[in-house]
Amino acid sequence: MIQLLNTLLIGITAGSIYSLMAIAMVLVWRSTRVVNFAQAGMALLSTYFGYEVIQLTHSYWIALPVAMLAGAVVASAIELIIMRLLLKHSSQGAIASIAPIIATLGLLGLIKSVIGYFWGNQDLSLESPLSNVGFTLGSDTLAISPLKLFIIIAVAFLVLTLSFIFQKTNLGLALRASAYSPEISRLAGIKVDLVRTIGWALAGAAGGAAGMLQTANGTGTLSPDSLEFSLLLAFGFIAAVIGGLDSLVGAVIGALVLGLVLAFVLTYIGGSLVFITAFVLLLVILLIRPGGIISQKAGRRA
Amino acid sequence: MHKLKSNNISRLIGFVVFGIFLLYLSNTIDELRVYQGATVAMYVVAISSIILLTGYSGQVSLGHGALLAVGGYGAALVRNNLHAPVWLSFAAAVLIAALCGALLGVTAARLSGPYLAGTTLALAVGLPSIANQFKFLGGEQGLIFDIGLPPASLGETFSQYKWFFWIAALTALIAMWWLQNLLRSRYGRIWRAVRTQSVAAELAGINVARAKILAFTVSAGLAGLAGALLSMTISTVSPGAFPLSLSFALATGAVLSGVTTLGGVMIGAVTLVAIPEIADALTQRFGASENVINSLPGLMVSGLLIVVVLFVPNGPVEQIRHRRKK
Amino acid sequence: MSLIIENLTVDHGAIRAINDVSFTVKKGELAALIGANGAGKTTLLRTLSGLNKPTHGKATWSATNLLHSKPEMLVRHGVSHVSEGKSVIPELTVEENLEIGALWRSNKKEMQQSKKTILDLFPRLGERLEQRADTLSGGERQMLALGRSLMSKPELLLLDEPSLGLAPLVVEQIFQSIRELTKSMGITILLVEQNAMGALKIADVGIVLNLGTIAVTGAAESLIADPAVRAAYLGY
Repeated sequence: MIQLLNTLLIGITAGSIYSLMAIAMVLVWRSTRVVNFAQAGMALLSTYFGYEVIQLTHSYWIALPVAMLAGAVVASAIELIIMRLLLKHSSQGAIASIAPIIATLGLLGLIKSVIGYFWGNQDLSLESPLSNVGFTLGSDTLAISPLKLFIIIAVAFLVLTLSFIFQKTNLGLALRASAYSPEISRLAGIKVDLVRTIGWALAGAAGGAAGMLQTANGTGTLSPDSLEFSLLLAFGFIAAVIGGLDSLVGAVIGALVLGLVLAFVLTYIGGSLVFITAFVLLLVILLIRPGGIISQKAGRRA
Repeated sequence: MHKLKSNNISRLIGFVVFGIFLLYLSNTIDELRVYQGATVAMYVVAISSIILLTGYSGQVSLGHGALLAVGGYGAALVRNNLHAPVWLSFAAAVLIAALCGALLGVTAARLSGPYLAGTTLALAVGLPSIANQFKFLGGEQGLIFDIGLPPASLGETFSQYKWFFWIAALTALIAMWWLQNLLRSRYGRIWRAVRTQSVAAELAGINVARAKILAFTVSAGLAGLAGALLSMTISTVSPGAFPLSLSFALATGAVLSGVTTLGGVMIGAVTLVAIPEIADALTQRFGASENVINSLPGLMVSGLLIVVVLFVPNGPVEQIRHRRKK
Repeated sequence: MSLIIENLTVDHGAIRAINDVSFTVKKGELAALIGANGAGKTTLLRTLSGLNKPTHGKATWSATNLLHSKPEMLVRHGVSHVSEGKSVIPELTVEENLEIGALWRSNKKEMQQSKKTILDLFPRLGERLEQRADTLSGGERQMLALGRSLMSKPELLLLDEPSLGLAPLVVEQIFQSIRELTKSMGITILLVEQNAMGALKIADVGIVLNLGTIAVTGAAESLIADPAVRAAYLGY
């Protein structure tokens, strides 16, 4: 019984972090029709900035928002410089439809190399500010610890804020309109390019939070090749696809589903099958419901 | 028909001549270059597999490194456990990888664009962890893949590296000749049609899904072959030999070569081998910290990829042809 | 304050879509731009709103240069373009579709006022405010598109084939509404239409475009009466 509860908790915690990543990817996809593989790289870079802030202030609590801010800035810069260049140069040919994707891949490599240049390839320590030791219930230890509680609350807060922005504010309306129909939005006077940059900034901030939380929740070590970030990249993408690339709600649901499924596999079967399970889940969803779990369309060719 | 045949024969002669030239080259240049030559040959096969998949059938795979790994492991397992001769292990690599490619292709035929890209990327990210889990794959250390010493008939001074080069170059030449024939045949035309006008192709009676799966299978087979060659040159096969950066490098090489045509494949292959060299030379010349040494090659590859995708997305060969047409 | 177009030439690659076109639409006029399919009418409108790049020529609206601006600047110059076909965003609600027309102003009070005016003009929209735009009929969508364009309080309206795909009765209504806009709100309108008769009947001025050049211009009534125009475009 306790094991079941623990598994659920682990799954929800991991899933919440992936959901931030998935949201970031969905934000970029909807505003730019690009799957941004560099998202995890940007999250990584933001986390390194967070690390620097911790070195300066010894406070994770200051570092977290700063990392998010850094993520927003980095993402905006990348959108302004590279994405706009890319969209202008869109040409024909075999590569045209995937050129932006490959560019983001190149960007990922570039960011990792830049990180390696400035910070080196060794492991840096970025520890969680809260204890990850579970609360005790009688003689059992629950998986829920102060840290995990914080993560769930923080993510819930961020997701709610984002939803609020999207559904209830003028900016959110502009973001949605520009994503659905850039031409109509332009003719209606919306500065679609600016709005797109803001979309990227929000995605960058979400990524920064994901990076900081993931590192704290994991081994507490930071390096350019860290496994945690490769997982964040892969699982963030998988979660976004499971939820349907077009929907923020879907991203969150997809991520939670993924987190739970993987937690169960981890607990009851074993760590070795975790990645394969995620991959199989991805394939299954793509084959049965290409539009994602909550979509109504049966077939989707993107 | 007669003209076609004579074209084929003249191309075959071209390959043979080139092969002889390479043979001569290997006797005159130094050891290190010979070894790099083997790596170039490996990249030629690997990049061509991507050209087939993306440039011809229009499917994108960002995780071809995983298929190379399958080939490498396949070759090693067959050789170590069945004591098979080298050429048989290579054949096994091709077959096993092709089988995986077929499976992947069945899924891929239903996906497109970013979904396919992301799925293959996920595969490339996850492969090291899969390989780590299974005992018979040797875990993190991996397996040994030893193709043995060059035969005595080639003489005492014939080095191991030269042997690698001969095998790799011969394999690459045969593979390229075969691939070029394939691409010029009906299959090549079908694949091109599938990429550029899949709806029209479907209406014209082409079984688009089958063509795509076939492309994936052949591409995977070639990738497996490249993987076997790679393992040969480093004499081992392990998860660390097929990192995510390999898939990136292949994508870069393919874009550099010009994804739509086989003609430029040497450009990509040579560049990929040249970059670490250049990076090395730069850091030696200007003296650099350890950080720079480690990150410079990656920086150059990624930077090059971004620049090429932005400004010359169809590759220099296509660009020149385009200019000539104007 | 007029729409003045001088020697406008637009190329689509190797094809000259618009060839040396010049005309003027005076303030408060409703000008109907008619012509066969592919005559270049849509291209003309898209060039005016900055979606296409002209090869050479001039186009000004009350001394503001329309060409070479970004499309999103259009509403800020008092010009609104309702493009052909999908002119509403299906995934947004009716209310949201209206609101995006006034977002650039970011003045909540003005937005509410404009909304009221438009809902008075198109009461059917008021009944469906919370519904997604893709649940609307063709005629309602056109009303919504018009409504949205009015939210930015334009002085010049560029309308691209508003009657496309609509039933005859609905077309009548839409044309009447468009006529209202000029008569009571004084908005200058350049109306592109394939439904030549319907357009000319409500227009003050008619311009006939054929293969990228102007064939005839004149008062709408005289065009209706003109036998050549009748034979080619009015069907009798």
